[in-house]
Amino acid sequence: MNAYELIFWLLTVMAISCALGVILSRNPVSSVLFLIATFFAVSGHYILMNAQFLAIVNIIVYAGAIMVLFLFVIMLMNLNADTEPQKNRLVQLAGVVSGGILFLVILAALKSSTNNMLEQTATDIGLIKNLGKTLFTQFVLPFEIASVLFLSAMIGAVVLGKKGEEEPQTPKGA
Amino acid sequence: MPIQYYLFLSLALFSIGIMGTLMRRNAIIIFMCIELMLNAVNLLLVAFSKMYNDPSAQIFVFFSMVVAAAEVAVGLAIIVMMYRKVHSVDINILNRLKH
Repeated sequence: MNAYELIFWLLTVMAISCALGVILSRNPVSSVLFLIATFFAVSGHYILMNAQFLAIVNIIVYAGAIMVLFLFVIMLMNLNADTEPQKNRLVQLAGVVSGGILFLVILAALKSSTNNMLEQTATDIGLIKNLGKTLFTQFVLPFEIASVLFLSAMIGAVVLGKKGEEEPQTPKGA
Repeated sequence: MPIQYYLFLSLALFSIGIMGTLMRRNAIIIFMCIELMLNAVNLLLVAFSKMYNDPSAQIFVFFSMVVAAAEVAVGLAIIVMMYRKVHSVDINILNRLKH
């Protein structure tokens, strides 16, 4: 077992155990922290596959921006207590069983699929230079449309998050 | 490293996301599990991009991250608005869509 495989298994164990921590921990804040750890493990896999640009974007966008948004919402709503009502045991068991059945079915379907090797040689398709060339020549129209999508999401979030006029006034200093 | 290891890893992450979506009652945790599933798919796309030596898949992952960021902004705004209305993020209360 060389260093590459060692890092692969380390990151895999970290990703799966932190993902289990997301769904098993009672406190929403620790769920968010586990999810950030999962994203870091996935970014490690990206670096292992020599996709440095996506690794950095994953850390900046997911672990940086999106998870801070989640943390802000949880802390502003004062949800960081362990008093979340749980589903009853039967429904939880049904969820685990149906997720496990999906896992087993796809596992059985993919077990005899192709077994191509990902060679460990360094490819340079994941570097910023090559991805930028592809993005701004072949995919420049979707890139511009994505900016329109961002604008509409921004306006939508502001409109939705604004307090409506028909709501009763909250007391000062609340 | 065989491609199957990456297949099974992202399959496991995706299944964990589905289990979390079905098990929890907190709307924010369910939203986070959806993010987990998106990340599992992204990981598999990058693995196939490495296998076929094709940068288009990585561009696709980039766009999927862009869409996920927009989705999180709008979704959290919806959850905050629901919380203002019913003072809870429990989906058993939110399932009426009317109060």
